[in-house]
Amino acid sequence: MFDYLEKQLPKLIMAPTAIVMLVCMYGFIGWTAVLSFTKSRMLPQWEFVGWEQYERLFANPRWHVALDNLLVFTLLFIIIALLLGLMLAILLDRNIRNDGALRTIYLYPMAVSFIVTGTAWKWILNPGLGIEKMVRDLGFTDFEFRWLVDPDMAIYTIVIAAVWQSSGFVMAMFLAGLRGVDDSLIKAAQMDGASTFRTYWHVILPVMRPVFFGAVVILSHIAIKSFDLVQSLTGGGPGYSSDLPATFMYTHAFSRAQMGLGAASAMVMLAGVMAIIVPYLYSELRGKKS
Amino acid sequence: MKTKLTGLALATMMAIAPSAQAGEVEVLHWWTSGGEATSVAFLKKQLAESGVDWVDFAVAGGGGESAMTVLKSRAISGNSPTAAQIKGPSIQEWGELGFLSSIDDVAKANNWDEILPEVVSDVMKYQGEYVAAPVNVHRVNWLWANPEVFSKAGATIPTTWDDFMVQAQKLKDAGYIALAHGGQAWQDATVFEAVVLGVGGADYYNKAFVQADMDALNSATTKEVFETFGKLRQFVDINSPGRDWNLATSMVINGEAGMQIMGDWAKGEFKVAGKNAGTDYVCVAAPGTSGAYTFNVDSFAFFNQSDAESTAAQKVMAKEILSEDFQRVFNLNKGSIPARLGMARTEFDSCAHDSMDAFVASSASGSLVPSFAHGMAVSEAISGAIYDSATQFFNSDDSADQGVAQLVAAVAAAK
Repeated sequence: MFDYLEKQLPKLIMAPTAIVMLVCMYGFIGWTAVLSFTKSRMLPQWEFVGWEQYERLFANPRWHVALDNLLVFTLLFIIIALLLGLMLAILLDRNIRNDGALRTIYLYPMAVSFIVTGTAWKWILNPGLGIEKMVRDLGFTDFEFRWLVDPDMAIYTIVIAAVWQSSGFVMAMFLAGLRGVDDSLIKAAQMDGASTFRTYWHVILPVMRPVFFGAVVILSHIAIKSFDLVQSLTGGGPGYSSDLPATFMYTHAFSRAQMGLGAASAMVMLAGVMAIIVPYLYSELRGKKS
Repeated sequence: MKTKLTGLALATMMAIAPSAQAGEVEVLHWWTSGGEATSVAFLKKQLAESGVDWVDFAVAGGGGESAMTVLKSRAISGNSPTAAQIKGPSIQEWGELGFLSSIDDVAKANNWDEILPEVVSDVMKYQGEYVAAPVNVHRVNWLWANPEVFSKAGATIPTTWDDFMVQAQKLKDAGYIALAHGGQAWQDATVFEAVVLGVGGADYYNKAFVQADMDALNSATTKEVFETFGKLRQFVDINSPGRDWNLATSMVINGEAGMQIMGDWAKGEFKVAGKNAGTDYVCVAAPGTSGAYTFNVDSFAFFNQSDAESTAAQKVMAKEILSEDFQRVFNLNKGSIPARLGMARTEFDSCAHDSMDAFVASSASGSLVPSFAHGMAVSEAISGAIYDSATQFFNSDDSADQGVAQLVAAVAAAK
């Protein structure tokens, strides 16, 4: 009896988590999928309309703005955060003094929530309060920096704030990766007379491939889910020019009584996340076996 | 330990028991800011005098979005509050879903059909029976102006949109911000609404923005509306995107800006700043809308209750909401006017007097229209589509033709 229990104990302990996961994650994903094929408006209702909600979704100009913004935001955010994070990590890895203190400083934005980041950058980027006013007060009266209030540029202010928040975290990931690189590899490269640049480019970075991969996956799902940052920084504006799929979904499902349409947009977002995660998981799992 | 817990539970039950006998109401609302909270506290006190306990269920958050989300989940799980702050066509939507309970007997006993104007009582009824009680009437088409700024710039307060452009240019030339505005979708829609009413008139407003008639929307008048609306872009300052409405109001108060188009809740800001109506600030109808009135009525809708006591308490609450005392105190705090007609008006200020007169006059002339920017005229889906088109147009360089095309497409898609 006792032996049996002991054997089953791990399963018993895992069971509640597994059930909660099944119901709260996959169950609700399934439910949202079903909702996206119904006519649901204010509350769920079970009148099925096929792909109509998806057709309406892709006929909506605001949705296309949101998708374009997502593309711009995701690409720029990932690339800039990666480059900046890598650069900081490499510089910190050069055995400089007080690197512990510097590391903390760069990591610190991570401790702040996106809401706080968004609000702070909203003030910093506001032409009448922030950078533009400061530079003008310094005497450069023609200086203009109005991305926040320019419908064509507003999405880039979200990139700025998101990069500021996340590049310290990317740096930490890379730093851990760099510290994990076998010293003998670097020594060997130096013995062969490779320059510092060549050592990094041809020896160290290839070893860090998994770290790159991990960073990209984490950053891309931060990008696709981003909601609070947009909400607090631009509120999706001016107009709806900086809307992202997540804010679109929230608006339509919860404040505009278009639950079916909101569910459809949520499913499209899920498809986007899957497109990134599934190949990653596949390569990870396959890699482990071989 | 166990006995202690049982004892505690008993004590709690005994504490609750007497009040449960007298009945209690659980009320979902989002009136949490200063003046609004005072108003709610007064209702609570009045109900206590009638032996009804008030269980506060306040969910803060702009425009009640989060409150509505909570309400939906509570209603689905079969645990509706006694009453919730719901207004306009949403009352019909909740009625269709079968959640609302009739308070028609209270209404009959207290003559609601007599004391409420028809446009208001229509909104409160589902299939001919009262299911909700109105607490106030806001007028949305107000223009708030700082007379000092106007006299310094040598401008006069405009009464038509054509004149508005001329006077606003004078303000701008004199170095003031002509139109204080917050670039949030609902504020863009509020200004848009004033332009629609001023340019198109009440008939057009009703056809296009209440009945959502496609022919009326896709017309030369709509183009004219967008042309006027587009001209306003130049009179708004560069920092407006994302600004809250009360910050825009304080720009008028401080004399940075000349005017603002906003509903009468803006009066609260002037009041708090110690300004007097008529001398320190002026309230006039938005350009071209002096005979018309866009109304925004806040109301409590009543939900089906499972037990008789709650239903009885609910009816007491319904009766109290339309009592003269509550209507007076609530509206003095909130800046709006009472929903019931024929009340003593001495305590109200001159703006409220104007609002009351215009309400009665426009009601007689048929130019009393529901506000689409504040969820009184069309379903949430359609008003969302109008919001999108108005805010997108105002924040871009789109031509009037593009504006019309976008609006027509968006409304058609939302139907």
